[in-house]
Amino acid sequence: MDASLPAHMRPERSFQGFILALQTFWAEQGCVILQPYDMEMGAGTFHPATTLRALGPKPWNAAYVQPSRRPKDGRYGENPNRMQHYYQFQVIMKPSPPNLQELYLKSLAAIGIDSAVHDIRFVEDDWESPTLGAWGLGWECWCDGMEVSQFTYFQQVAGVECAPVAGELTYGLERLAMYVQGVDRVYDLNFNGRDGDAKVTYGDVFLQAEREYSKHNFEVADTTMLFEQFKMAEAACKKYLDAGWKDDKREAHLMALPAYDQCIKASHVFNLLDARGVISVTERQSYILRVRELAKACGEAWIHTEAGGAA
Amino acid sequence: MPELLLELFSEEIPARMQAKAADDLRRMVTDKLVAEGLVYEGAKAFATPRRLALTVHGIPARQPDLKTERRGPKIGAPDVAVQGFLKATGLKSLDEAKIQRDPKGDFYIGLIEKPGRDAIEVLAEILPVIIRTFPWPKSMRWGARSGKPGSLSWVRPLHAITATFGLETEEPDVVKFEVDGIETGQTTYGHRFMAPAAISVRRFEDYEAKLKAAKVILDPQARKDIIFADAKELTFAQGLELVEDQVLLDEVSGLVEWPVVMMGSFEAEYLAIPEEVIRATIRNNQKCFVVRDAKTGKLTNKFVLTANIEAPDGGKTIVAGNERVIRPRLSDAKFFYETDLKTKLEDRLPKFEQIVFHEKLGTQAERIKRIERLAAEIAPLVGADIAKAERAAHLVKADLLTEVVGEFPEVQGLMGKYYALAQGEDASVAAACEEHYKPQGPADRVPTDPISVAVALADKTDTLVGFWAINEKPTGSKDPYALRRAALGVIRLIAENNLRLSLMKVAASALAGLSVKSADAEKLPSDLLAFFADRLKVQLREQGARHDLVDAVFALGGQDDLLMIIRRVEALGKFLESDDGKNLLAGIKRASNILGIEEKKDKRSFDGAPEAALYGLGEEKALAKAIGEVTAEASAAVAKEDFAAAMSAMAKLRPPVDAFFEKVRVNDDDAKVRENRLKLLNEIRSATRAVADFSKIQD
Repeated sequence: MDASLPAHMRPERSFQGFILALQTFWAEQGCVILQPYDMEMGAGTFHPATTLRALGPKPWNAAYVQPSRRPKDGRYGENPNRMQHYYQFQVIMKPSPPNLQELYLKSLAAIGIDSAVHDIRFVEDDWESPTLGAWGLGWECWCDGMEVSQFTYFQQVAGVECAPVAGELTYGLERLAMYVQGVDRVYDLNFNGRDGDAKVTYGDVFLQAEREYSKHNFEVADTTMLFEQFKMAEAACKKYLDAGWKDDKREAHLMALPAYDQCIKASHVFNLLDARGVISVTERQSYILRVRELAKACGEAWIHTEAGGAA
Repeated sequence: MPELLLELFSEEIPARMQAKAADDLRRMVTDKLVAEGLVYEGAKAFATPRRLALTVHGIPARQPDLKTERRGPKIGAPDVAVQGFLKATGLKSLDEAKIQRDPKGDFYIGLIEKPGRDAIEVLAEILPVIIRTFPWPKSMRWGARSGKPGSLSWVRPLHAITATFGLETEEPDVVKFEVDGIETGQTTYGHRFMAPAAISVRRFEDYEAKLKAAKVILDPQARKDIIFADAKELTFAQGLELVEDQVLLDEVSGLVEWPVVMMGSFEAEYLAIPEEVIRATIRNNQKCFVVRDAKTGKLTNKFVLTANIEAPDGGKTIVAGNERVIRPRLSDAKFFYETDLKTKLEDRLPKFEQIVFHEKLGTQAERIKRIERLAAEIAPLVGADIAKAERAAHLVKADLLTEVVGEFPEVQGLMGKYYALAQGEDASVAAACEEHYKPQGPADRVPTDPISVAVALADKTDTLVGFWAINEKPTGSKDPYALRRAALGVIRLIAENNLRLSLMKVAASALAGLSVKSADAEKLPSDLLAFFADRLKVQLREQGARHDLVDAVFALGGQDDLLMIIRRVEALGKFLESDDGKNLLAGIKRASNILGIEEKKDKRSFDGAPEAALYGLGEEKALAKAIGEVTAEASAAVAKEDFAAAMSAMAKLRPPVDAFFEKVRVNDDDAKVRENRLKLLNEIRSATRAVADFSKIQD
């Protein structure tokens, strides 16, 4: 941990300081520090900086915060740690460096988790995303019995074999910050590290949003519109993919990113429909498959683009 | 003799894979050594989260020399053949070959002497192959090399390989090889956090000791012993008792290299949650043991955790952290449990109309209706109250929709029982919620309460008949719907409760209740019966009984009362152990053999009653008389279900059968007499069918 930081920026008392400490650490490791992707998505993995950049032979190191929307996890602000919107901190390094575990442990130290005092464990967790057509092997990282991160070596993304393999780290920011700040309720997190009147809590920023979005996600979201949006996004994705081939040889693709946006869109719309409880068990599977088909087609297009193709 | 030390040092290996991996490593290396002529004295393998290690001692320093002879071409064969022979054998000219005389011509023989190689050279050849072909259940690629084809796959990234070979008294050599850029050496690393520095090792003895000094307990059994002993001691000191859990112990020992056992606690208010739920929460999510009060046997608000480090603060931070994690988990569980209690089980049922049990077999709601109907039908056959059986069948699946079961599937049934009791159901109805799933396997308890038995039979029969009807039968090792287990469950329910029911009738009724129509509905019950027969054989074999006797009884046809079949098999087994039984079986087999031969010869069978007028000898008459008496007596005994008496009656056949074969020549010169005698032999066969088809019994 950086001892020169002013008190309100220290990761153990400020949520924003906590995020900045992680960003600084990964910037030091040569990562590009990106800003969140400007679309609604269920996890940081959906960000094209991970999904698409994990594919192809070109090296890629990036870190970013991604707001994650999980409509079904909303609890009207009444659960101490479940929310329909939270932050993930995502690191992707391709190829995975040989010391990625050590780097991860150092990043924990940078946010105030000393592995001499805390019991840090790497517990088996095989990661799979049916909607992304992706899987990898790795661990849940435990700190004193609490899962604080996901650590994955991507083997396949969007149906494409990763060559070389990228290492992905996902930190659940709120949960980690709660641990470091010593609070039991996410809304009690000190957001800006200040005291007294100047203090802004996580609840000040997000509690109202949690209540409003929970109502929206579970009770009001316009399902007719959403069903329509799903179809439109699906059709648009396919259309852009088709139109993106440079010529009939289908060797170069020029529109993988805009097409992939529509895949992200479809996925989030599906999550909303799912939260509204209007998708039956059997239909659910078929929606997941439809999103996966889009993701796969985008992955296929991506490896024919400049950034995704041969070095 | 020299010994081998091999260590594969990697990132964290999943706990569940470690034991088998250690075993595979030992087996693969030692098999290969033996195949290479290097017979070793002993081998041991170990695993920790970060390493697989193997020591093999007593390996000869060199392979034995091999001498082989190779047969070459005939003398005077074309030059091409001769040149090929010389090349293959390494001989300079035919002068170095021997000549072998042979009736087919004279051949050249080349003697090839293959000197044995140094063991270390052989090891350097076999070890990389074993590493590259290691059978991990799931393996992965990593790092820059994964961009190229043919890169190494390992369970998690492999970082270092230690491989040394040499005599105890000398400095060993490194077995030199390289796998995917990793070169062998004699450097390993200690505990990830407490002693991460590199360690130079020579052979197993100092390897194990240096690891221990570097806070790594290599032997998984030693780690288990430490965890178990420390946990026992820690709890005992407070008048408490560890709830032992072998599976959890195995897993936990695979998560640490240096186990440090500590105790934490949670708020006593959570003890209001059913104990099984507390245990599932703490065990599944936190990999911690629960603790009970030694006096009352009740769970207490303590838990035992196993850390991987000795922390400078004595573990205070770790314990506090674990407590902070367990609290919200239990809080969730309590919330789920209390929420569940607010809804009556029957009020959950409409949801099942939306849940598909199987695409072709309809929804869960339809299935529950089928089970209700079947349970009501079976109830009187097993001494159960019909209304209660129906009520139980109505409710037993409802807990699948509760929050607690959604979170912890392993407490299905059990929660149903708790919720049923909470809403004031009859005790037997509540018990059926849990017990109707039983028996889950050969070691599981069989329910005895008639309500549970009725619902269990209905549930299992519906499953079996349903999947039979849509032709989803188990094949080979594939049994995705656990139909074998269901059939064994039915067998045990019937046998251990001494139940009398016709399986064919129950199956036919279950079939009639299905909305899907099976293509060969008529054949289905008998087809299913054959499956039961197979399961029964497997079960009897496992109990050490003779499974061929099951065939002998089933071959009689029309047998679908499992209890009677089992009784008959038991009586038959006992009978065949007696001298009378053995000799009678021999006599019957002899009669069958003769009949078989003669039937083939004459191309006809010898059915029909023999004529008394044609009996010429006393032994014939005696046998005919005995057959008549025995048939009557045995049939009467069978009708009374007294199979032991039926067997004793059979035993009376033995003296006349023996006497017949001793004195009577079956193939008499008079064709009529011969035919009559063969008919008499046929009568023996039919008489014995009162109890079993003896021709199916193996000698």
